[in-house]
Amino acid sequence: MLFRHWVIALFWLAAGTVSSAQAATAYVSNEKDNTVTLIDTERMEVTGTIEVGQRPRGIILSHDMKTLYICASDDDTVQIYDIEQQKFVGELPSGADPEQFALHPDNRYLYISNEDDNLVTVVDVEKRDVVAQIDVGVEPEGMAVSPDGRWAVNTSETTNMVHWIDAKTFELVDNTLVDQRPRHVEFEPDSKTLWASSEIGGTVSIIDTDSKLVRHKINFSIKGIHPDRVQPVGIKLGADGRYAYVALGPANHVAVVDRKSYEVVKYILVGRRVWHMAFTPGDRYLMTTNGVSGDVTVIDLAELKAIKSIKVGRYPWGITVRP
Amino acid sequence: MFRTLVIGCLACLMVATRAWPAGTVQVPVLYIKQQVERPPVLSNLDDIPADEGLAGARLAVKDSNTTGRFTGQQFSLRELAFEAAADPGEIIGQLQAAEEHFVILDLPAATLEALLRADPGGKRLLFNVAAPDDRFRTELCRNDLLHTLPSRAMLADALSQYLVKKRWTRWLLIEGSLAGDKLFADAIRRSAAKFGAKIVGHKVWDGARDARRTAQAEVPRLTQGVEYDVLIVADEWGDFGEYLMYRTWEPRPVAGTQGLFATAWYRTIEQWGASQLQARFGKAAGRPMGARDYAAWAALRSISEAAIRGGSAEPAMIGAYIQSPEFELAAYKGRKLSYRPWSGQLRQPIALSAARSLVTQSPQEGFLHRESELDTLGFDRPEIQCKRS
Repeated sequence: MLFRHWVIALFWLAAGTVSSAQAATAYVSNEKDNTVTLIDTERMEVTGTIEVGQRPRGIILSHDMKTLYICASDDDTVQIYDIEQQKFVGELPSGADPEQFALHPDNRYLYISNEDDNLVTVVDVEKRDVVAQIDVGVEPEGMAVSPDGRWAVNTSETTNMVHWIDAKTFELVDNTLVDQRPRHVEFEPDSKTLWASSEIGGTVSIIDTDSKLVRHKINFSIKGIHPDRVQPVGIKLGADGRYAYVALGPANHVAVVDRKSYEVVKYILVGRRVWHMAFTPGDRYLMTTNGVSGDVTVIDLAELKAIKSIKVGRYPWGITVRP
Repeated sequence: MFRTLVIGCLACLMVATRAWPAGTVQVPVLYIKQQVERPPVLSNLDDIPADEGLAGARLAVKDSNTTGRFTGQQFSLRELAFEAAADPGEIIGQLQAAEEHFVILDLPAATLEALLRADPGGKRLLFNVAAPDDRFRTELCRNDLLHTLPSRAMLADALSQYLVKKRWTRWLLIEGSLAGDKLFADAIRRSAAKFGAKIVGHKVWDGARDARRTAQAEVPRLTQGVEYDVLIVADEWGDFGEYLMYRTWEPRPVAGTQGLFATAWYRTIEQWGASQLQARFGKAAGRPMGARDYAAWAALRSISEAAIRGGSAEPAMIGAYIQSPEFELAAYKGRKLSYRPWSGQLRQPIALSAARSLVTQSPQEGFLHRESELDTLGFDRPEIQCKRS
């Protein structure tokens, strides 16, 4: 115990000497505060707050790491924040109530789910113009684009489907029925497999991209927690291909899943109602947003242990890390 | 200005609703509504919407068809409306002549009972969305009857669990003189015994007074001389209950049908994605969603969910799927909902709300059940007298 403290202290010390210029920053959207909190991921301390639009949820970085996109759901817009200039440089016509979004590998087409209108809006971020709108199911939520750029997928919470959109033609070509209230989707790096979480169903579906069929279903079980409270939302896949991390909402745990066997190897206790997650550079830490407790938990991935919690704004929702 | 322009332009881009593909199968649903004669009440600030219940079913049809487009299933609703004075025989006749296999019954308890006694059943699946009476779950249950509206016992248990958890266990019960008031008071008595609360006093509000004018003088006298923690009111139509608050002899909270009340749905519910349903309903109906709207929504969504999941529009298949252990419905309450095989009741969390804020949701933590905590609310399997297979 003492030894660990000492090691951590040493680490902070080392980090302090190399850092500042190259310190990574985590950006956390606070749904009920209309702010984004900045966290220095070396010191694991809050370094600033940005005022943003109403009800910020989805938050992502452009692939060149220069721009931050923020879904301001109640303002019906996506805000564009220039990180170097530290200011907002415009808005994107996102359609009504944007919640989550995903950027195509071409860094140009942004796929946005419009929760109130049963639509996915595709925006050209260079021209700041709507390119297409695609009809999907009721309450579209999760969005992902396959790393090979071929597929955009969306989940609809009340229709309970994963919708497959051809990223060339912007046509909906197939649907995969999954368990109740699908929230989040994440592609494996080879684009051949899709992970989809079902919040009320309590499962994660592993879907084959070619056949669009569910190949495997992961169930979760935590001692002392009622199965109904185990509600998977965010999913993150580590770069080394070994583990997936699944945020289990009001179960207040993150599940660590082996990506070959699909067995859960560990449950890590975090803050209350854990939503989404992001890796720090080199997958050293995983940071989770905990909506009800209003904080971010830092998980040491070498030890698979929560080591710190950081107070942020009210109802932290999304998180992204800029190296 | 800029925003308006952008939204305007988005509107012109909106894709027209896709046509139904060839081979689409139809799932027709019949909705039978009989208006209820509301007794004259003293607290008459809120009107009862004429489309109560119906508006929930209409929204569910819309929601279901968005999904149905992908599965080739089209859901539709035929609405039959009757006046409060309509003869139950006429309603029964219409039901028996109907071709729909799925029927949502939005009827007063007396009509529902007459219908159940006259209709032998068998070929249809009926959903009760309006009668909270426990006897439909415990004595008049049958295989073809499901209930999406919580029973009075469920509401009373939801309230009791919270009050017991707060250790406010001595109750003074004041009930109105209407039939529903008596049934609600009975449910409270049963629930007090079930969870270990005590009814330390019991009064009847006889309705002779105009509480708006005389409550300040009447209520202190009515509540004097009893040691209690909470005043429980049984006044389903909202006659006098609103006038008890702030007028008791001792400073005591009011709960039951007014004050802190238990409900399946109310406008203060916003968690678990509920704000999306509230917004969608508000836009479509032009008013907040209520418990009967929610019950009708849940009934229709049960049908469509079973059709989509089971991959069949065959009525027998849909009916079997709804009542199978595989069935689960995500319905904005933070847990999956399903039907109790012993009573046909939709098991669901119950909200406890004040007029403008949600207080809590039951079942409360710590009330355990060997199968589902949701079954700590209402009548459990061993307490049921009628038989369903």
